[in-house]
Amino acid sequence: MSTSLGPDRRGLLKAGGALIVGFSLGGAAPAPMRRGEIAGPPDAKQVDTWLAIGADNIATLYIGFVELGQGTTTALPQVAAEELDLDLDQVRTVQADTNVTPNQGGTYSSASIARGSPQVRAAAAEARRALLQMASQHLGAPVEQLQVSRGNVLVKGDRHKRVTYGQLVGGKLFNLQVSGKAPVKPPSSYRTVGLPLPRKDVPAKVKGEYGYIQHQRLEGMLHARVVRPRGQRAYGAGAKVLSVDESSISAIPGARVLQRGDFIAVAAPLEWDAIRAARQLKVVWDSAPTLPGAQRLYEQMRADKTTDTVVTNRGDVAQAFAGAAQTVAFSARCPYQAHAPFAPNCALADVRPDGALVICTSQDIYNLRHELSPILGLPDAKIRVQFVDASGTYGHSCYDDVGQAAAIASQLAGRPVRLQFMRWDEHGWDTYGPAHVGDVKVAASADGKIIGYQYDGWQHNWSQVEVAQQLAMGTAATEWPTFPSQQVATGTCGGQYAIANLKLVNHHVPGQGYLRGAWLRSPLDLSFAFTSEQAVDQLAYQLGLDPYEFRRRNIADERWLGVLDGAAKAAGWTPRRAFQGQGGDVVSGRGIGLGTHLQSWGGAVAEIEVTKSTGKVRVKHLYGAIDAGLVVNPGNVEAQITGQLVQTTSRMLLEEVKFDEHGVTSLDWNGYPILRFEDCPDVTPVIVQRVNEPSQGAGEEVMAAAAAAIANAFFDATGVRMSEFPLTPERVRAALKTA
Amino acid sequence: MAKIKVDGRVRETSAAPDTPLLYVLAGELGLKGPRFGCGLAQCGSCSVLVDGVETRSCVTPVSAVAGKAITTLEGLPAWHGTPGKLHPVQQAMIVEQAPQCGYCYNGMVIKAAELLAKTPHPTEAEIRTHMNGHLCRCGTYPRIVKAIQRAAKAMSEKAA
Repeated sequence: MSTSLGPDRRGLLKAGGALIVGFSLGGAAPAPMRRGEIAGPPDAKQVDTWLAIGADNIATLYIGFVELGQGTTTALPQVAAEELDLDLDQVRTVQADTNVTPNQGGTYSSASIARGSPQVRAAAAEARRALLQMASQHLGAPVEQLQVSRGNVLVKGDRHKRVTYGQLVGGKLFNLQVSGKAPVKPPSSYRTVGLPLPRKDVPAKVKGEYGYIQHQRLEGMLHARVVRPRGQRAYGAGAKVLSVDESSISAIPGARVLQRGDFIAVAAPLEWDAIRAARQLKVVWDSAPTLPGAQRLYEQMRADKTTDTVVTNRGDVAQAFAGAAQTVAFSARCPYQAHAPFAPNCALADVRPDGALVICTSQDIYNLRHELSPILGLPDAKIRVQFVDASGTYGHSCYDDVGQAAAIASQLAGRPVRLQFMRWDEHGWDTYGPAHVGDVKVAASADGKIIGYQYDGWQHNWSQVEVAQQLAMGTAATEWPTFPSQQVATGTCGGQYAIANLKLVNHHVPGQGYLRGAWLRSPLDLSFAFTSEQAVDQLAYQLGLDPYEFRRRNIADERWLGVLDGAAKAAGWTPRRAFQGQGGDVVSGRGIGLGTHLQSWGGAVAEIEVTKSTGKVRVKHLYGAIDAGLVVNPGNVEAQITGQLVQTTSRMLLEEVKFDEHGVTSLDWNGYPILRFEDCPDVTPVIVQRVNEPSQGAGEEVMAAAAAAIANAFFDATGVRMSEFPLTPERVRAALKTA
Repeated sequence: MAKIKVDGRVRETSAAPDTPLLYVLAGELGLKGPRFGCGLAQCGSCSVLVDGVETRSCVTPVSAVAGKAITTLEGLPAWHGTPGKLHPVQQAMIVEQAPQCGYCYNGMVIKAAELLAKTPHPTEAEIRTHMNGHLCRCGTYPRIVKAIQRAAKAMSEKAA
């Protein structure tokens, strides 16, 4: 089916004043693919969907995954370059566009390499096999005698016979299925994969040449801002407009109100005028209280009508506890935390009666297209969604409130619109990393073996209906689909250890009546680890054992052992029991922890300092080890570990969403402080490289371990177990006082 | 039409005098360096140098910079006396592979350049203190510190 978004519309996209073609293909697109002109997704079984090779010997790789600063646009081309015997500078990427790129699912759960690299590898291997067959015919030499370097195919022993990929196939289609049977290279022969090659996107980013979504422009567009109460109310309660006074912005040139139900935006030709209009527009909102408030949050979650599921139940936990030499029972409370993307989300939309173009930062473009369909009253195939990078969003853009808001605003305005959130929209209407309450108990035998473990976790449903959609559509909350949150899982709750008797119980709290919640980088895992790994650590303490040695004694899986040893070795860990009791106001401590997200293995050691009188915790050094199977680009993964360790420090020491009965009150960087230079720890990333194991995620899997290590270091320093984070000075002083 | 001097060139703007400088630079002039992050002078995304002093363009009215020399990320190499090349801080950020999403790097590079112009041999503590008002959500601070140290070394070697 053809959409209305033909070449005439593509030419309208502008970046920083300069005209760009929607996806930098120009005339290079093979005509029969009609890239950009037909609603996708293109057939993932076709090599042409993934790769095009130009006459200039440059390959274009089409990926459904997006660059979020994690290096996807370097590492995936690296995989293609490896199989094709090209150098990295000969492979460029085209990122997510529903009319152009394959549907690889959303860019979440650190899946770009884990899910994406096998697909890219298979397509590139298929292409290479076909290219060598063509070259064999062209050169009159058997395939076995050919060798390839930088896309030049040579005949061994005859330097006069050569042909380039570009000469063989440049600008033409492969017309070939990905059979999955083309031979891939053995890891032992890798020349490109496994090298820490510099990121392709970095030079433009430091020069100020990188075109972020915030730099994109559409011809004839208006600037728009949403108008919402400052700080969200309960999920399900939305925001109710009582009255709007349009005359309150009549003095601002060209400013107009765009309203659909409770969705309100303002638009103006000049950006500053749109901002002023959003600030000045007089709207009376229903302000009835809808939230439990931070004080009552955790008790309300425990008291709510939960759906309880036994996730895992092996052995006999009760019997194990009856015969235990030492037991620990521990409970913890873990806050909502914000994604707080550094660049407030932004999107551009041009919605017309016969089709829509939405340019945004969605991590899941095909899903967004589907969500937009009922909102705009257009079929999926008439909507084109293009991704352009913004700042890192750490899971936020799995949802795309701003993409929806821009589309609704454009439809109302009858014009192209660029809509950007203000800081308070971003902080106040986030889908926060969810709050959690955990109860854990652990039992050990006298010889230091964990024999029993039970974890009970409470967290509420995640939000499924995006803010713009709920305000504009006005569908009753009772009719909204429910969306289960991540559950208590073995990954971080006890699964690190060989425990014969283990029970995990998930207490599912309904989502409405709480804040909007969803994926925040390593969702819930920091909370699980903070709770579970402190209990394990406490058991070691009660047994009089070194916490590292205790963990080693209880691990059966070499992958867990590898990251535990990796972090401990990097930190120069020497055995001793935790908390030996230090005098003085400033005390130091070290801690160790294990955890992960859905896959991979993470281990960490923290060295911290606590000033008892002020309650200030300073993380001095974090060591983080990851085993993510085959690491395609160790430079990227070291950067990811660095970011994870610093962000975990921020989340454990500072970050919590503040709210009262009326709404969220932490609306900017003062209300929601994050870690700064002066408090940033030194970091040591460690990669356990396993070239023969499948690649797994590496963007969030060491955070749980680091969170646990910081909490355990606090105990080592003070002899006190913190039962709530972040470890703010106030909370620490209170804990030390009651201890 | 008011006139402002940006990266050595006199530019005309039709913006109202109370318009923050950022919207003139990023909007009217189409520069990609200074960018919106908070609009509250809290994060540093929008930083420029005004007569060599790091300034938050998101809260600085365009009328307040009349007659002053504004330097953006784009103009930083020329301001450093090496037009057409990279400022040593930019070069060092690439060598250290410091950025992740890179959105805060406009401010990071501007602020670090300001530091090294005044303090050629900063200690690590001085770097951290000077940079403390600039936030990075990806957590790239450790590599930024290394990059600034690398840039300081490169600049002093060149001067020697």
